[in-house]
Amino acid sequence: MSKEVDPRRFGFETRMVHAGHIPDAVTGARAVPIYQTTSFVFDDTEQAAQLFELKQYGNIYTRISNPTTAVLEERVASLEGGTGALATASGMAAQLVTFLTLLQPGDEIVASSQLYGGSITQLVHTLKKFSIGVRFVDPSNLGEWEGAITPRTKALYGETIGNPRGAILDIARVAALAASRGVPLIVDSTMATPALCRPMEHGATIVVHSATKFIGGHGTAIGGLLVDSGTFDFSRYPSIAAPSPAYHDLRFFDTFGHYGFLMKARAETLRDTGGCLSPFNAFLLIQGLETLSLRMERQSASALRVAHFLEGHPAVAWVAYAGLPSHPDHALASKYLPKGAGAVLSFGLKAASGGEGRAAGRRFIEALQLFSHLANIGDVRSLVIHPASTTHQQLSDEELAKGGVSPELIRLSIGLENVEDLLWDLDQALPAP
Amino acid sequence: MGPGPGIACAITLNSALTPEQQRLYQDPLIVQRLLRETRTIAVVGLSTDPQRASWFVASYLKKEGYTIIPVNPKADRILGEKAYPDLESIPVAVDLVEVFRPAAECLAIARQAVAIHAKALWLQLRLVNLEAAEFAARNGLTVVLDRCVKMEHGRYFGRLHWAGMNTEIISARKARLP
Repeated sequence: MSKEVDPRRFGFETRMVHAGHIPDAVTGARAVPIYQTTSFVFDDTEQAAQLFELKQYGNIYTRISNPTTAVLEERVASLEGGTGALATASGMAAQLVTFLTLLQPGDEIVASSQLYGGSITQLVHTLKKFSIGVRFVDPSNLGEWEGAITPRTKALYGETIGNPRGAILDIARVAALAASRGVPLIVDSTMATPALCRPMEHGATIVVHSATKFIGGHGTAIGGLLVDSGTFDFSRYPSIAAPSPAYHDLRFFDTFGHYGFLMKARAETLRDTGGCLSPFNAFLLIQGLETLSLRMERQSASALRVAHFLEGHPAVAWVAYAGLPSHPDHALASKYLPKGAGAVLSFGLKAASGGEGRAAGRRFIEALQLFSHLANIGDVRSLVIHPASTTHQQLSDEELAKGGVSPELIRLSIGLENVEDLLWDLDQALPAP
Repeated sequence: MGPGPGIACAITLNSALTPEQQRLYQDPLIVQRLLRETRTIAVVGLSTDPQRASWFVASYLKKEGYTIIPVNPKADRILGEKAYPDLESIPVAVDLVEVFRPAAECLAIARQAVAIHAKALWLQLRLVNLEAAEFAARNGLTVVLDRCVKMEHGRYFGRLHWAGMNTEIISARKARLP
């Protein structure tokens, strides 16, 4: 060692391109190698047994861990400020692994009503099959959160930026409530990414991501992540503290401390539910992460331009984007998302009479030339969709209304195109006043 | 494989200590030196139950080539090694005393560690006793508090990373073979 340097806390952009990957001792490969293998050779029979007992760290089988995927996991953990992460096949899988690790039959979740439609159906219908209940609340109403918590409540759940109306979760207040009741706050931060907001800095326990969106950023791979802060005291939280029958009565919190939740999520839940990420997809998501802050800042800036443009257009009835002063959560956006309110916004066209909005929306989408009509967000290309007939169509009218999805709502995800070109496209597709 | 030379990163997560205490008792360079130079580890409070944290840590360290000496008055042998009732009964030199006992017992253990001329005292994760730490440090021992030897070894030898954990190590230097 030439000289000792003071330990340094490296910045976000440095960690975006370096965290979780040290060039390996043999080849020195600078890019992250793709370990496209299902399984890993053991040193000897004793090591094999110790790996299966979790007494050694190491790779057994790619359904449980993989060295390429580990780079993605550590990098996202570093960017969120968490103690570790677990990658999954999709964002839906990340959410499910989180819930199935924490919750037991009879437990309840209190969740924001302003969630992605797929999350609502997972909470309501799929978790019901595990006898896990959910109560939905208006995320902006702390009294509703408080009133919905019962002795059965084991977690609170919300989105940093709600999809599609852009409701901003008051993370610090909901986290303080969760802490006072001894339950973790889980936050889906897909729409913000750690480049715009790091929920753990405001008290969230667990962050989940659909990495398919802005983390990957290029529309090439489906994937998800769950990240644990390592700060929640699981010592009296039954599923993490009590002896686990699925692992020789291992007590995960007692044995692994701040890694207890993640070790259980990996060694039990992911092992048993099988929603692992492929190493190749992990590689693609890592490539995306390396430019995350640059994309988020540019795409958010363009989204704000688009939001202002739409708000001033005579054919537009309303625009929902928390970066606009007209949005009810604008003050929260300024607090939690000072670098930009994300790249997704929604709006409604003016209708001459009731029922017209839907048809006008259809004509608008058909006329667009640069926006791709598809069911995704977070691509480098700009995207458009009509949620009521697509992403949110499984929801009842009542659920749609609670989630803020009116029939005429059109959702845009702004990409990296020249923003003047995007404004041109919107202008030519909008009905003439 | 371990990280490249000269790890300069701040390792600050998951600590109950103040920044000043972290500098004294969790310095990454001191932890790395201990892991490198230690050969013999006396594990005070090593359980006979293979599902306890102390057993996980000691079996890991034994596999990594360290000599493990169990200290447990209620056991004869643990992990195939002869157990001793206390530190002062151990007939060989001890480099590191690793403690899995309640904080209230740590000062007495620190006195014993000094008496047997151990080189270092390490109180496990979530275990903090500043009086014990100061006593041992004053008597020339290297002291680490509120850290896990297994996690730290895994951090610097690349294996904790495989479990998706945030090692906080950032380096563009080529890793070293163990």
